Amino acid sequence: MGMTMTQKILAAHAGLDKVHPGQMIKAKVDLVLGNDITAPVAIEEFRGIGTKKVFDKSKIAIVPDHFTPNKDIKSAEQCKVVREFAREMNIEHYFEIGQMGIEHALIPEKGLVVPGDVIIGADSHTCTYGALGAFSTGIGSTDMAVGMATGEAWFKVPEAVKFVLTGSMGPWVSGKDVILHIIGLIGVDGALYQSMEYCGEGVASLSMDDRFTITNMAIEAGAKNGIFPVDKKTLKYVSEHSQKLPVIYTADDDAQYSRVIEIDLGSIRPTVAFPHLPENTRAIDDVGTVTIDQVVIGSCTNGRIEDLRMAAKILKDKKVDPRVRTIVFPATQKIYLQAMREGLLEIFIEAGAVVSTPTCGPCLGGHMGILAKGERAVATTNRNFVGRMGHPESEVYLASPAVAAASAVTGKISSPEEVMG
Amino acid sequence: MIKGRVFKYGDNVDTDVIIPARYLNISDRKELASHCMEDLDGEFVKKVKTGDLIAAGSNFGCGSSREHAPLAIKHSGIECIIAENFARIFYRNAVNIGLPILECPEAVKDMENGDEVEVELNSGRITNITKGITYKAESFPEFMQDIMKAGGLVNYVKGKVDSL
Repeated sequence: MGMTMTQKILAAHAGLDKVHPGQMIKAKVDLVLGNDITAPVAIEEFRGIGTKKVFDKSKIAIVPDHFTPNKDIKSAEQCKVVREFAREMNIEHYFEIGQMGIEHALIPEKGLVVPGDVIIGADSHTCTYGALGAFSTGIGSTDMAVGMATGEAWFKVPEAVKFVLTGSMGPWVSGKDVILHIIGLIGVDGALYQSMEYCGEGVASLSMDDRFTITNMAIEAGAKNGIFPVDKKTLKYVSEHSQKLPVIYTADDDAQYSRVIEIDLGSIRPTVAFPHLPENTRAIDDVGTVTIDQVVIGSCTNGRIEDLRMAAKILKDKKVDPRVRTIVFPATQKIYLQAMREGLLEIFIEAGAVVSTPTCGPCLGGHMGILAKGERAVATTNRNFVGRMGHPESEVYLASPAVAAASAVTGKISSPEEVMG
Repeated sequence: MIKGRVFKYGDNVDTDVIIPARYLNISDRKELASHCMEDLDGEFVKKVKTGDLIAAGSNFGCGSSREHAPLAIKHSGIECIIAENFARIFYRNAVNIGLPILECPEAVKDMENGDEVEVELNSGRITNITKGITYKAESFPEFMQDIMKAGGLVNYVKGKVDSL
């Protein structure tokens, strides 16, 4: 029996020729990641192990991105713990305010991930880097602590669901619509404990930013990881961002999958996930009238340059509805600067939106756009659980940057086609 | 042996309702525990006693990787979670911090809020004393049992830090 792409990467990092689903392995990791929420707990656990140093100071990345710039005294204290630990251990990839960005946009941009890597991150959206053909998965603080001490992690080798992509996306449709469509199809536990492996001729039509968005939300289907095959676009991205050498793995022809699902990209409509689960999806045509109070464009899911370009295309020479607080978050400093140079920030500000420094902020109900009781937001983020963006009786509707921007203009959930004609 | 009363919840209980992000600037376990399940069940922290259990449907602990969620549950006094199945990061976090978890859909289906339940972890035997029915949960791979017996991954790796 052959192996999936994920199984091959895991086998290589466990020093084994073959692995099978369900097998317990310990694998060497190429990068251990944490943030200002998960690292403080991990640092405490790390001290408990009794070791004085980390396994490799060049293979740990710490990004204070959740409650930063420090939202209150307690958050500031947490960041201080993280900063002092990074200095004490000489962590090479610690990113202070001014260099930092939302971790899952920043880490690929800094070239810290290449195809074939194994990455563990104490943040559930670490699965994002599968877009680069790496095995990348979210873990908790204790795993981060042990990863920092030993350079290893334990895994149960996953089965995989294979997604065969065909065709190409229509106008105003992007990676966000693809992944929301898929989660609507298979459910929030549709790939529980499994890999989501993408393949098919449709892959070539997806930009790297689309792929990052698609793998970013693998966790929202319960998956261990999402992964794309390595192609010309991947290698171009890697050569532009990293000095590290990629190692390309491909799934065996006789690899076994628990399910094979064909997705025709051309048939996907702009898609919205209604409260309070990402699986509650509707095509934009079936949304009905939903008035909104806030729009959030950004996050590790949709804060990249293509996302901002799409939003700007819709907001150019228009005004957001005065009842809609519209907040745009470029995901990294580099993206921020590029958006500025391209004139995108001017478009947002002229339209009546605000532009924020990179932060996870409102996505998890942290700061910079918290909802009051009864308020509704359209957000390009990844979760719409009860209370996710604020009050337990507020509501989050997940959508693409195009739908979010169109909705900001009309004051209700709207199709980009409605606004752009 | 674990013996206590059951707090019963449905499917897809996410980590945002187990411990909302507004409390993630706290790492003190007891303080986290004082907000456990706050957005789902305001009565939980008032009623929970040491030794009690949580029973839930599928995909328990979905969402964020925050270890604050199993930590809040553990320090609230809950000694075991029985679910149809768990979201994978929650699953490994619970194992890693030594919070016993069991997957047993049949037991969960029959359980009601307040049932008295006894759990024998080594064998995976679950007895619903209130209903007079006994179940057998899937046993964990040996490696995970070893971690849980050690009280968590940190204790497990102590003294052998060069490798897991």
